[in-house]
Amino acid sequence: MKQDPWHILRRYTQARIAQGRAGCSLPSAALLDFQLAHAAARDAVHQSWDVADFAGRLQAAGLETCILRTRIDSRVEYLQRPDKGRRLQAASAERLQAVVGNGCDVAVIVSNGLSSTAVNSHGLALLAEVVSVLRGRGLALGPICLVADARVAVADEIGALLKARASLILIGERPGLSAADSLGGYLTYGPKIGNTDAQRNCLSNIRSPEGLSCQAAAAKLGYLLTESLRRGVSGIALKDDMPPVLSDQP
Amino acid sequence: MPYYACINGRNFQFNDLKTLLAKASPRRSADEMAGLAANSELERAVAQKLLAEVPLKVFIEQPLIAPEQDEVSRLILDQHDADAFAPIQNLCVGELRDFLLGESWESLAMARALTPEMAAAVSKIMRNQDLIAVARRCPVVTRFRDTLGLPGRLATRLQPNHPLDDPRGIAASTLDGLLYGCGDAVIGINPATDNPENAYRLLNLLDEIIQRHRIPTQSCVLAHVTTSMELMQRGAPVDLVFQSIAGTEAANRSFGVDLGLLQEARDMAAALGRNPHGEHLMYFETGQGSALSADAHHGIDAQTCEARAYAVARQFSPLLVNTVVGFIGPEYLYDGKQIIRAGLEDHFCGKLLGLPMGCDVCYTNHAEADQNDMDNLLTLLGVAGCNFIMGIPGADDIMLAYQSTSFHDSLYLRQVLGLRPAPEFEAWLDGMGIFDGGNRLSDRRNATPLLARFGDFADKQP
Repeated sequence: MKQDPWHILRRYTQARIAQGRAGCSLPSAALLDFQLAHAAARDAVHQSWDVADFAGRLQAAGLETCILRTRIDSRVEYLQRPDKGRRLQAASAERLQAVVGNGCDVAVIVSNGLSSTAVNSHGLALLAEVVSVLRGRGLALGPICLVADARVAVADEIGALLKARASLILIGERPGLSAADSLGGYLTYGPKIGNTDAQRNCLSNIRSPEGLSCQAAAAKLGYLLTESLRRGVSGIALKDDMPPVLSDQP
Repeated sequence: MPYYACINGRNFQFNDLKTLLAKASPRRSADEMAGLAANSELERAVAQKLLAEVPLKVFIEQPLIAPEQDEVSRLILDQHDADAFAPIQNLCVGELRDFLLGESWESLAMARALTPEMAAAVSKIMRNQDLIAVARRCPVVTRFRDTLGLPGRLATRLQPNHPLDDPRGIAASTLDGLLYGCGDAVIGINPATDNPENAYRLLNLLDEIIQRHRIPTQSCVLAHVTTSMELMQRGAPVDLVFQSIAGTEAANRSFGVDLGLLQEARDMAAALGRNPHGEHLMYFETGQGSALSADAHHGIDAQTCEARAYAVARQFSPLLVNTVVGFIGPEYLYDGKQIIRAGLEDHFCGKLLGLPMGCDVCYTNHAEADQNDMDNLLTLLGVAGCNFIMGIPGADDIMLAYQSTSFHDSLYLRQVLGLRPAPEFEAWLDGMGIFDGGNRLSDRRNATPLLARFGDFADKQP
C-alpha cells in the first residue's frame, strides 16, 4: 500500500483525492468506504416507506391526512416509468375529488420519491415546520396528501383536484454518495397536469443538521409561497429574493 | 412501407422503417417508456431478422424524419458520399455486418459511406463482441497540444469538479489527477453554474495550470456554447468549445443550439488560433435518451437518435466526443446490462462514423448498477480502442452526484491492456517524474516539482 503525501489538500475539497494505492487499485479502506456510501444510497432508493405509520403520526399531531397512490405497482416500475409516477390511480383521484371543498391556498404533498431514508429521517420534522410557517402566514392548507412512489409532477394533479392556488411537494431526492437522506421541496403556482419544471421553484439538500435545516427550509418555502401567491407566478419568473433576516419580520 | 413476417405460425407486422429499427433494438427502458420497444423477445428477434434484409439504399431513400422538417436529416443526406458508398450500395444490413467483420475496408472511406441510421441498424444485429471487434478497426486520431486516439493509447479527461467551483478544490483534484497520470484528453470542468464570470475564472485557472507546468493538454469549461462565445469575445483562454448535442433539430433546440450556432462558435474558436494543428476545436457530449427526454424523438428509438447526433458532431471536426452513457438514469438505461450495451453501441457507431469517441462510463445511484458493471464496461471499451475515459477522484463526482471512472481505473486499464497515454503527455509524465518511463507510476513521483509548486499556487488563490 502506497500513501499519497498530498493528503493535506483534502482541506480544499470533499472529493476523494490522495487516497493512496495498492498497485494501481484503491487501498482496501478506501474501497470499502466507497462501497458503504453506495450501499446507503442503494438502500435509500429501494427501502419502502410505511405511509400508514407516517399518517398515524401526523394525525396524532392533529393534522388531517389523505393517503393516495400513483399508477406505480412496484419500486422497479417506479424507477423505469416516471410517467406513471406523475399520475394518481383513478380511485385516488376520485377520493380526492370527494374530499375537496372550496379549494385552498396550498396543497401540501409528501412522497418518499427516490429516497425513503430521507422521508423517514426528516419528513415529519420538515412537515411540522412547514405547516407551522404556512399557517403562521395565514395560508389555508388542504389535507396533507401522502403518496408513495411519486414524481414531483404528481403535485400538479393533486393540486388541481384540491383546487389549490399552489402546490408544495416534499420529496426524497436522488441519493448521492455523500448524502442519501436529502429531501427536496418543489412549489408550483397554478398546479395543473402538464406544467413543466420551468414553472417550479426547488429547494434541495434539506437534511438536518448537515444540509439545509428543516427550520430554514420551511422559512424559505413559506417566503417563496407567499411571494408566488401574491405575484401569481412560480419558476423562472420567481426569484429567491428572501431577505436574510426574514425570521425577525412580522 | 410495412414489413411482414410469419414465424412459428405467428404473423408480425412493422409499419415502417423507424418502427422496425425500434423493435429490433436490444432492450432498454427508454424505448419501453416511449412505447417503441418490442413487446416480446420473439418480436425483437423477428424485427432483427427483417432489419437484416433491408437494403442500405433504403436509408437514403426513406429518411426517418422528413428533411424539410429537420435540419439533422438534411445534414445526414448532405454528408453522405455517393462515391464512398458505391462499393457497398447493394448490400443489405445483414450483409453489411458480414462485410464489416469479414472483409478489409478503409475506415475513413467507410465513415463517409455510411449514414448514422445505417450504423445504428447494423449495430442492432451485432453482438457485443462484434461491436468491439469492428470499432477496434476504426482508429480516429485528433490533435491539439497532444495526439489522441492512436492505436495502443488511452487518454483521460481529468474532471476536477467542485460543487461550489472553489478554485483551490478544483486545483487540488487536478493535481491529484495529474499525479495519477490523467488529463491528456482534456482537463474539463462542469461548472456548478453557467454564469460567464465564473466560467471565465475557471478558464483562467486551468490555463494557468497548463501554461505554468507546460502540460501538453487542453482545457475546457463545459458551459453552454453561447457562454463560451461570449467569453471568447472577451478574450478568455478557450481551448475547446463544449456543447451537448442530440440527434434531432427539435432536441438540439431544447439544448438551445442549432447547426448555424455551432458553426459560428467553431469559427470563433478557429480565429483564436489556440490549437497548433488548427482543426480540432470542439468537445461534444451526447447520450441515448436525450431526444426522448426533450420529447423530440419523432418516434425514433433512443439508440438511432444517438447515432444521428454523430452526424451533428462530425460536421464540426471535434477533438473529443463523449457519450455520457449512464448519467441519464434508469428510466432510460435501467441496469448494468443496458448501460454496457449502450456504451458499446455508442462507441461503435461513433467510431464507424469517424468520430474520436470516448465514454463516460458511469451510473447513478438509482440505476441497477455498481462499480463491477463499470469495471466490465471500462475493460470492454479498452479492448474496443476507446479514445478516452473520464478520470474523477475516487470515481465520485461530488458536483454532479454520480459515479464515473477514477484515476485508479485508468491506471488499471493501461496496465492490464498495455495502453499508454497520449505520446506527448506520456513524455511529460516521464519528465516530471510521475511515470517511470515504462508506463507505470514512478517511485519518485512524490518528489515531482509539480507537487512542490502547488503549495504556493494554492496559497495565492482567493
